[in-house]
Amino acid sequence: MTDLLNAVLVIILVMNLFALGTSRINAVIRTVAIQGILLGIIPLLIHKHLTIPVAIMIIVAVVIKGTVIPTIMIRALRDAQIKREVEPLIGFLPSIILGAMATAFALLIAGQLPLASQHYGTLLVPTSIATVFVGFILLVTRYKAISQVIGYLVLENGIFIFSMLLVEAMPLIVEMGVMLDLFVGIFVTCIIINHINQAFSSMDTRHLVSLKE
Amino acid sequence: MLSVWMILTAIAVLGFSGLPVCLLSSRSVVGQRIATLLMFLGSIIGLGGIAVSFNEATTPTLCVPWFLPFGQFMVTIDAISILFLVPVFIVPVLGSIYGLRYWKQSEHQENGQRLAFFYGLLAGSMALVVIAHDAVLFLIAWEIMAIAAYFAATAEDDNPDVCRAGWIYLIATHVGTLCLIAMFALWRHATNSFALMPIVGIPAETAGTIFVLALIGFGFKAGIMPLHVWLPGAHANAPSHVSAVMSGVMLKMGVYGIIRMTALLPMPAVWWGGTLLILGAITGVAGIAFAIGQNDIKRMLAYSSIENIGIIIIGLGLALLGRSLNQPVWVVLGLGGSLLHVWNHSLFKSLLFFNAGAIIHAAHTRNIDQMGGLAKRMPLVMVLFVVGAVAICALPPLNGFASEWLIYNGLFNTLGFDGNAGFPAAAIAAVPLAMIGALAVACFIKMFGAVFLGSPRCESANHAHNQPLSMIMPMAVLAVGCIGIGLFPIIATVPLDKAVKIWASLPVQTVSITTAVPLGWIAKMGLAFVVLIGVIILVLKNLPRAKVVSRAGTWDCGYARPTARIQYTGSSFGQMLVSLFNFILWPKTDLPAIHKLFPSTARFKNIVPDTILDRLIVPLFRIAGRYLPMLRILQQGQTHFYVLYILIIVIILLICGSIGV
Repeated sequence: MTDLLNAVLVIILVMNLFALGTSRINAVIRTVAIQGILLGIIPLLIHKHLTIPVAIMIIVAVVIKGTVIPTIMIRALRDAQIKREVEPLIGFLPSIILGAMATAFALLIAGQLPLASQHYGTLLVPTSIATVFVGFILLVTRYKAISQVIGYLVLENGIFIFSMLLVEAMPLIVEMGVMLDLFVGIFVTCIIINHINQAFSSMDTRHLVSLKE
Repeated sequence: MLSVWMILTAIAVLGFSGLPVCLLSSRSVVGQRIATLLMFLGSIIGLGGIAVSFNEATTPTLCVPWFLPFGQFMVTIDAISILFLVPVFIVPVLGSIYGLRYWKQSEHQENGQRLAFFYGLLAGSMALVVIAHDAVLFLIAWEIMAIAAYFAATAEDDNPDVCRAGWIYLIATHVGTLCLIAMFALWRHATNSFALMPIVGIPAETAGTIFVLALIGFGFKAGIMPLHVWLPGAHANAPSHVSAVMSGVMLKMGVYGIIRMTALLPMPAVWWGGTLLILGAITGVAGIAFAIGQNDIKRMLAYSSIENIGIIIIGLGLALLGRSLNQPVWVVLGLGGSLLHVWNHSLFKSLLFFNAGAIIHAAHTRNIDQMGGLAKRMPLVMVLFVVGAVAICALPPLNGFASEWLIYNGLFNTLGFDGNAGFPAAAIAAVPLAMIGALAVACFIKMFGAVFLGSPRCESANHAHNQPLSMIMPMAVLAVGCIGIGLFPIIATVPLDKAVKIWASLPVQTVSITTAVPLGWIAKMGLAFVVLIGVIILVLKNLPRAKVVSRAGTWDCGYARPTARIQYTGSSFGQMLVSLFNFILWPKTDLPAIHKLFPSTARFKNIVPDTILDRLIVPLFRIAGRYLPMLRILQQGQTHFYVLYILIIVIILLICGSIGV
């Protein structure tokens, strides 16, 4: 079981790097969607017997992350008529190298953290930290608002992985609340992106500098 | 309980006495008269309340819960409060009467209303500070006092000097309040309550920290060196009656704070008293040395206030030392002298500030080197000035002598007579105290000589004339107070003894001021001295002398047209002392370089800036102003950077967590 879990987690890590390295926003969204579905499977692999709350959580996570959010985002993308991130802050190859370094750092750090004994064998914690880092890197290096939404989504995925450690301790309602927040956040952002694009014919967040005092 | 209600009523009446001025037209003087009348009423009620409280068996306390989530409305009128209430109910009302002519509403339409309102608020809040027995209530009253003083002192805020002095005051007072908030937080932590009640059994380190925070926080208000930076500017630029209240009463609130907190803390350590003795000596000597270096009459008086605070602090240090070494006589003489000096200083310093106001009103300048010859033009003002100056120089038979004499006696007692244990190091403080006295005499001779003697150095001083009765009367009342306490200090000993006993929690039947020193002798010698002076004056008056005064040019080195400006100035008089204290005063002198036989017109300038403010704090602020804006680079305006900051912090936290810091 642990081997299978670790295999899934390694796939997630590779997907992180892919998300960093591609310029096509469509492809990044699909990657993150598949990542979301994989995340939905993880609870199945951790818990021997399936309880109803866990089952509900899995279904909701897969539906929202795997289908609803990608659909909204791809539609926003189509309305705004953009296909690729043209000029990231740092190039795509450096992004991948940075992501790889972050992953290595996460693996290094995770060994040092004071964890419960049953979590030592798995890659859960390092994957979670690495995914959070990748989310941050996406947020910092991409200028298009939609890419930042993706960064935020990846960040949330990282946190979601971490919450797998606590799935028994955390009430269902909290998980559902997080899911709802995520959904609403991205829903609203995508609508706003559309409107911003119509009003200013640009989605470059660098123009926000003019708000500085 | 009656006394509490009377004093609370007095506070309300004083605090809102300025409202009628604000409600009436800015040209009308009626509002100002009503305000003065209200202040008078409030003060009478307050003094009545004090009188009533003497007859009440228990210490009157009022304690009601209030709407705030912490603290409570708790006021107590104990002997220490009473001692500080008396000046609050005497000086501001006299200032208000003085202000009727000095700051006539019809002549100061643009700021008279604001001044009247905050003047009353200042008086009321000071009374509340003194009776508040809850840390939260205390801080509220303290802050109202600080703000009211700011607005009252910066009445002429169209003048850039006034604005600058106001800003410095505002910054200094708030740094002090910050320390007080920290102190009361620590107090809450140590006692589990905001009530200001004596505590026992807290760790010595906590008590020491509270003491140091109180010393810094209240030291800013009292003007202990080097925390005095706001004081000279604010006093010099405020209207004179506001200066009188600030110097005579508000500085004492800082002293009150230190006295109150040391009363509440158990068993002071020896270093507390030692610190106060050293600080007091530095404050006193440096204060009067700076005073000698000034040319502005009100700045001189302000620095002289710092000097007097130094004397008060020396007395308090001696009392603390007496408490930690269990020597009741030191406590009684040190604190007794210190508290008596609080009263005395509020009398003679207010008198001198009123006086300075009258002089400035007549001469239209604050620079004493432009005055001169006012003795013939304002004889009444001169006589009152002499009373104030003699009192402040601690010369018998006036009141300054009485309080300093108590402190001297206490300091000599630390040598250990009659088999008592001593602490001779403390007696060294008598040396700076004596120096302070001598320098004060020099300072006030300089002031008197430059202002009143000689002939006028500028045109406006030439046209000076005596001031109206409503300005003279408050001074006369204060002068009578100075003489009264000077001749009969015994009348002040009853409240002083009570306060000292509360402060040190001494049993009632131990020592009192009257048993520790022969106060009766002061009265006898003082009266003899007065009689002697009277006789000398009579004899001199009746001596036969030429009735016709002839005027002729002096021996003039061949220069036939001397002007009044050739006269010996105050600066020349102070020059020798200023150069003696070069190492703390650092005077700035612009000497003209003379190259030719017939040099052209040249200027000479000699000023004594405040060493701490102008050479330390202002440059520091300037450096901060130059380099701190570099931090704005952090504010890029791009969300990416802000996210990056979060990422950096996360990584740092992770690293810290993993290496187990």
